[in-house]
Amino acid sequence: MPTPAQNPLPRPTLVLIGHGMVGQRFLEAAAAQGLTASHRVVVLCEEPRPAYDRVQLTSYFAGRTPDELSLTDRAFLDEHGIELYVGDAAESFDREARTVTARSGAVFPYDKLVLATGSYPFVPPVPGKDATGCFVYRTIEDLLAIEEYAKRRATTGAVVGGGLLGLEAAGALKGLGLATHVVEFAPRLMPVQVDEGGGAALLRTITGMGLTVHTGTGTQEIVTGEDGAVSGMKLSDGSEVATDLVVFSAGVRPRDQLARDHGLTVGERGGITVDEQCRTSDPDVYAIGECALAADGRVYGLVAPGYEMAQTAAADIAAQEASFTGADLSTKLKLLGVDVASFGDAHGAAEGCLDVVYTDSRSGTYKKLVMSPDGELLGGILVGDAEQYGVLRPLTGTVPPVPAEQLVLPAGAGAPVALGPEALPGSAVICNCHNVTKDAICACSSLPEVKKCTKAGTGCGSCLKVIGQLLPKSGDDGLCGCFGQTRQELYEIVRALRITSFRELLDGHGREGARGGEGCDECKPAVGSIIASLAPSIGAKGYVLDGEQAALQDTNDHFLANLQKNGSYSVVPRIPGGEITPEKLIVIGEVARDFGLYTKITGGQRIDLFGARVEQLPMIWTRLVDAGFESGHAYGKALRTVKSCVGQTWCRYGVQDSVRMAIDLELRYRGLRAPHKLKSAVSGCARECAEAQSKDFGVIATASGWNLYVGGNGGATPRHADLLAQDLGDAELVRLIDRFLMFYIRTADRLERTAAWLDRIDGGLDHVRDVVVHDSLGICDELESLMAAHVTHYRDEWAETLDDPERLARFVSFVNAPGVPDPTVGFVPERDQIKPDLPLLSIGPRPLEGATR
Amino acid sequence: MSGSTSVSIQLRLEEDWLEICDRTQLVPGRGLAALLPDGRQAALFLDREGRAYAIDNRDPFTGAAVLSRGLLGTEQGRPFVASPLLKQRFDLETGRCLDDDEVSVAVHPVRVA
Ligand code: SRM
Ligand SMILES: Cc1cc2nc3c(=O)[nH]c(=O)nc-3n(C[C@H](O)[C@H](O)[C@H](O)COP(=O)(O)OP(=O)(O)OC[C@H]3O[C@@H](n4cnc5c(N)ncnc54)[C@H](O)[C@@H]3O)c2cc1C
Ligand code: SF4
Ligand code: FES
Repeated sequence: MPTPAQNPLPRPTLVLIGHGMVGQRFLEAAAAQGLTASHRVVVLCEEPRPAYDRVQLTSYFAGRTPDELSLTDRAFLDEHGIELYVGDAAESFDREARTVTARSGAVFPYDKLVLATGSYPFVPPVPGKDATGCFVYRTIEDLLAIEEYAKRRATTGAVVGGGLLGLEAAGALKGLGLATHVVEFAPRLMPVQVDEGGGAALLRTITGMGLTVHTGTGTQEIVTGEDGAVSGMKLSDGSEVATDLVVFSAGVRPRDQLARDHGLTVGERGGITVDEQCRTSDPDVYAIGECALAADGRVYGLVAPGYEMAQTAAADIAAQEASFTGADLSTKLKLLGVDVASFGDAHGAAEGCLDVVYTDSRSGTYKKLVMSPDGELLGGILVGDAEQYGVLRPLTGTVPPVPAEQLVLPAGAGAPVALGPEALPGSAVICNCHNVTKDAICACSSLPEVKKCTKAGTGCGSCLKVIGQLLPKSGDDGLCGCFGQTRQELYEIVRALRITSFRELLDGHGREGARGGEGCDECKPAVGSIIASLAPSIGAKGYVLDGEQAALQDTNDHFLANLQKNGSYSVVPRIPGGEITPEKLIVIGEVARDFGLYTKITGGQRIDLFGARVEQLPMIWTRLVDAGFESGHAYGKALRTVKSCVGQTWCRYGVQDSVRMAIDLELRYRGLRAPHKLKSAVSGCARECAEAQSKDFGVIATASGWNLYVGGNGGATPRHADLLAQDLGDAELVRLIDRFLMFYIRTADRLERTAAWLDRIDGGLDHVRDVVVHDSLGICDELESLMAAHVTHYRDEWAETLDDPERLARFVSFVNAPGVPDPTVGFVPERDQIKPDLPLLSIGPRPLEGATR
Repeated sequence: MSGSTSVSIQLRLEEDWLEICDRTQLVPGRGLAALLPDGRQAALFLDREGRAYAIDNRDPFTGAAVLSRGLLGTEQGRPFVASPLLKQRFDLETGRCLDDDEVSVAVHPVRVA
């Protein structure tokens, strides 16, 4: 805590007008320079809340609350004795008397005055622009108003302006469930950042996302209905767009009125003129951020240059040397799903510069690099694939270590180069928002440390990927912070010592500091899975909800359902081999209808029912179990599905009964807990309609039996399965799969699919074949008996749960109000079904009706 | 530690202690949600030593009221819960997020009595 000013002399006063992003950074810089100790610091903040992260404004729609967007806290202000007047704007100042008058009437003397008033959104002077339903997109209050209006009375929205912010706003409208239009006067989207080719690629992607784009046309008039609210928009090409809501995002203008009114010099096109020290024409008045016209003749609409100005002004007031001479205009669009980046001299303005361009209109990819005649990278535009932004931007101004064309070619084409961040010089700026170099990042050892010490990655976030690549990998291959052993080692310990309790394992075998503790969210489920897969042979209970086991499972295993983004659950009954009778199909339909569940056919040949509340799960499953369904283990690291093709029974090409084999396999391995999920498929002939070669174990029929493939994977890193053995009879096939699965479960790491495991283990496929087919380790009997124990002890988890009142007691939203459903789990209609109510989530729990507060 | 007589978990709201549930309803290492009179939700937890903790149930990263369904853990001797959705961890004593300095959740005074 600061000691109250005991200084007999009155301290000089520093007044800051505007508590936006740059204003807040100025306060931090002032504190660092010791100005808060030597000065009384007064801040006038017009908005009803202290500085917040405007750059991340749109993340409000993704669930960030206004509080989470805040850039400051009481502790910072208190510690530095800063007087912050929230909701009070500066009305005028008197340069003779050196005072500032606030709207509230308060008068503050000043010795130094700093203007950080930012910008205001420009609204073109079209008729109807002030109608109900017209908005701008700049403050949290703007967002709250748009959200409220959209929810109450809009189904369509239009954004005027197809620039960076306009597209962000359009993304937000779309996220609110509105059919969204974007109107851009220029012939392409993001005209400032991208060129024609880039604009075309961007257009394809944006329209592909379901937005309607009108380029090359202006907004002529906002049409209103009888109630005076927006009902449409007339465009300059004569067309009309029906819309309930309009957001203007046609650029920003510096808020320089206060400065103009008081005789400070402003630029011809706006902005308070400042010198390299950020002083205005009155040397005791500074202007920083978006309201300033910098010494290089530019008004910067990005936060990074504003931050530099804030540092410069604070340093100058503290009589330190500093200057701001200009900055880079790189940007990366944060709009979900579209990758757009531009950096440096993106439009190739430099004399004699050359372009290297790669376009692929099928995928909406466009990449252009601007090079100087002597090979220096000057700038570039990336649309559709901005992967390399993090590496290319810091290389700007240097001669890249590889030829430019290799930098734009997609991976896999020509002679690709993996130009990683290691190629960057130490002085390269990795985080543009906070001006942090590679060296500064490399001085840290973890991401949280980087964020804390350098602030890198806490702005727009586009540098996070490269930061991750620069941080060291740890040499410790222990499972987690609690166990120094690998999963395989823990499996052996549990098996050999017949340990059936997590606590016993942790206290006896955990790392020193972790013993006696709770473990963590990584080791608990992993150990839970080890104990579950060994259960019959070590004498543990197999039922995953019992006793101490209950506390080890992820919420999905705990509730035997999959948690969805709004706290509701999905239900996946097992449909072995994808075969289902019409009666059962009808039951699923009835259950879904009666409980109002969103229903979808999955990629795994079964049906997923979404949107169940915890307390509904037992009722839903009572009906499903009665109709003969079992848990599909969609929630567990366990066998998922064995897909099948229709096979010999119907198909003219089929050579074996693939459906029967798929059902047999699915029933044999259902409920088997593993290091990761297990998937399988059986195809009736080499045409491979069941995609067995993309599965952990896949079976393909041959004229004389079955071929067994292992280690296949779809997902993010697909891998074709390898052939383990050929022309097997039914029994032989099952025996090999038993051994293969048990060997995998025994030796794989936590969350390692069979594909990664096969690539990692010493000796690879040949070794696995030796062990599993030729029994080179002499463990096959044991592997088979482990599997036999699993098969005999399998019981349906849902049937068991429904039979046990104690277990059922868990399925409530609130322990103290068992009958009450969670009011934050809400849904809205979509395409004749339901979807989660996301605005409800972003705003957070609403008080119950009739609540006192 | 508790005998066989019933022991309850209580939360302090403003001045008063509000009885939420019987202690035996909480499984050590797991949580439960409680609905507060003003409509907010609290997530209650018991660690293996029998100590109780209570934080706001809303996961600030996703907005969903699910923290009570996360797993408990210990990091450098301090108890935390990991959100079941995107796995960010929250210190149970201070509410601070261990994975993002700028985020925290409210903590409620709680007692086992
Ligand atoms: C529902 C479904 C999508 C759909 O609507 O079709 C789905 C949904 C999920 N998938 Fe999937 N996957 C579904 C088929 C697939 C498939 C296709 C298949 O199985 O044939 C794949 C590629 C094949 C593969 O796994 O090799 C697939 C690859 C993934 C991956 C990536 C795995 C990998 O090894 O890279 C994940 C992430 C993970 O498991 O870590 C994943 C994770 C998920 C999770 C569990 C994500 C999560 O944690 O919330 C989703 C939740 C399911 C739920 O809430 O019910 N899902 N997922 C499909 C359910 C199939 C089923 O009936 O069980
Ligand atoms: C949706 C959106 C997305 C953005 N994305 C990015 C991005 O990805 N990258 C990037 O670099 N930039 C981005 N920006 C721009 C960035 O937010 C601004 O550059 C930055 O906020 C400028 O900071 P500032 O302090 O100069 O202005 P502001 O943050 O606008 O702060 C100015 C403050 O001064 C107050 N004020 C004005 N007049 C007075 C007065 N007379 N008295 C008291 N207070 C007053 C205003 O109310 C305001 O709170 C984005 C902006 C928006 C709206
Ligand atoms: S894999 Fe073969 S048997 Fe199966 S459906 Fe395709 S062609 Fe027919
Ligand atoms: S570049 Fe924006 S946070 Fe680092």
